[in-house]
Amino acid sequence: MQFTAMILSNVEVSPGYWRMRMTAPPECAESRPGQFVMVRVNGAIDPLLRRPFGIFDIGTYTPAQSGAVPQPYLEMLYRVVGKGTAMLSTLHGSDLLDILGPLGKGFDLGAADEEKLIVGGGVGLAPLYLLAKELVKESKVRLFAGGRTRDDILCITEFERLGVECYTATEDGSLGECGLVTEALLRRLNQLQGRATIYACGPHGMLNAVAEIAAGRNIPCQVSLEGYMACGVGACLGCVAPGHSHSAENPDYRCVCTEGPVFDSGELKWGE
Amino acid sequence: MKSATKPDMTVNLAGMKLRNPVMTASGTFGYGEEFADYVDLASIGAFVTKGLSLKPRAGNPTPRIVETPGGMLNAIGLQNVGIDAFIAKKVPFLRSVGTPAIANFFGSTVAEYAEMARRLDEIPEVAGLEVNISCPNVKQGGIVFGTDPDCAASVVSACRAATKKPLIVKLSPNVTDVVVMARACEDAGADVLSLINTLTGMAIDLNRRRPILANITGGFSGPAIKPIALRMVWQVAKAVKLPIIGIGGIMNAVDALEFMLAGATAVQIGTASFINPGAAQKIAEDMEAWLVANGVADIKSMIGALET
Repeated sequence: MQFTAMILSNVEVSPGYWRMRMTAPPECAESRPGQFVMVRVNGAIDPLLRRPFGIFDIGTYTPAQSGAVPQPYLEMLYRVVGKGTAMLSTLHGSDLLDILGPLGKGFDLGAADEEKLIVGGGVGLAPLYLLAKELVKESKVRLFAGGRTRDDILCITEFERLGVECYTATEDGSLGECGLVTEALLRRLNQLQGRATIYACGPHGMLNAVAEIAAGRNIPCQVSLEGYMACGVGACLGCVAPGHSHSAENPDYRCVCTEGPVFDSGELKWGE
Repeated sequence: MKSATKPDMTVNLAGMKLRNPVMTASGTFGYGEEFADYVDLASIGAFVTKGLSLKPRAGNPTPRIVETPGGMLNAIGLQNVGIDAFIAKKVPFLRSVGTPAIANFFGSTVAEYAEMARRLDEIPEVAGLEVNISCPNVKQGGIVFGTDPDCAASVVSACRAATKKPLIVKLSPNVTDVVVMARACEDAGADVLSLINTLTGMAIDLNRRRPILANITGGFSGPAIKPIALRMVWQVAKAVKLPIIGIGGIMNAVDALEFMLAGATAVQIGTASFINPGAAQKIAEDMEAWLVANGVADIKSMIGALET
């Protein structure tokens, strides 16, 4: 669906990373973890296309006026990377945004009696908070958050508040252990008793490593991909990712916006 | 005082009666069903499918798209389900719509073009054919045929012989003189000309010293190309007798009406549908509102009404 949202807050949570809360229609309360929205930053032609953002959280708030009833809100966590996101970061409470969504196929929540291992790199944490919120209802959830520096480790307190056990790793050692977050994931997997599912979102290199670890141990793994997309509804075919049987001779492309953005890692081609 | 009764929005394209002149452009509207949640398909004049070929095509490597100021480049590579899957999986939806569906298609040889035209001619749900001789993103499948008037004429003649349905030929702007191409297609039996397809363009990532698109070059679309498209529609409209579908950067009703003044009988909405999936419907509604506000009783009176 397409709707006009009013911004409720837009806060820089870490240098270069912003968290925006906006009003949402009741239908958005049904958003599944891993779904995304396409945001039109302004009504002009530059930037021209919408920008895709994972849904960070949904919930309800009570407007300030007396007698108001709780209203749904939607939150995004985004990183300023270009002109569109830079403009987004200048918006304030009561500014309006044109939103398309929720879109795409979200995460499968899996079985309750297994451990849930969530791996997020930088702004890849964006779609994982709503996921954690759902998963903690029935399962033990651990989060492995990685980044280049401490500035890339986002909203850990919020995850901890859900009861998620959090592990952090930074490449420069400024927060948590020094190195890649996949090291902490591997250590946990070595101690694992029983079954688990891995969920991951972040840079391609990290997803590649996580998918390899999962495949090597035969652990189900779902990854959420980013893609350059114009439409978000399966028409432009710009955002495709190579499927597992992909080769130059026999191309196999999956549409990130409609077949994803969440895929079983085994559905995709890795190592490129 | 002029009355505010509903203006006549209908136009006729080679026997296809459209409820209004607004169509969707190939490659920007899927096979129609992708947009059913956002557009009342019964509110637009016609829609055009993604370009179809005899065999399915997987398309180009990624990145396939990049935004540039006022526009976008795409190098999708004519990804499509192929004619057999189109008939099996996409045509049943067309049956339910009540709006003319036009099948866009391409081939890699003249014989393939003719075979596609013959196959599409057999589908009752397909109201008309749009032959793509102008895709800039694959070696075969268009641009070779769209930049040489003799090649274009041979494709159009072969398709003409294979179908009785209205035959639209989509022209490339990547030529020295679009009028030469338009005349060649008219002489070869086209019923309608649609223009323009995308302009060949390129974007570079300075820091990586690499092209942004995996295909290196791509087709440039969006509001940035509108002045070029308007100029070409105007040139072609003066030179041929065929009805013209104006395409290129149309974002709103004003843009669409400008194309009609330049000589277009209908328009196609492309990139705008990516930004607002309901764009075509909104543009049709706003065009009608403009006619009402300006006391124009029949939209056909706008066609070629440019005063120079």
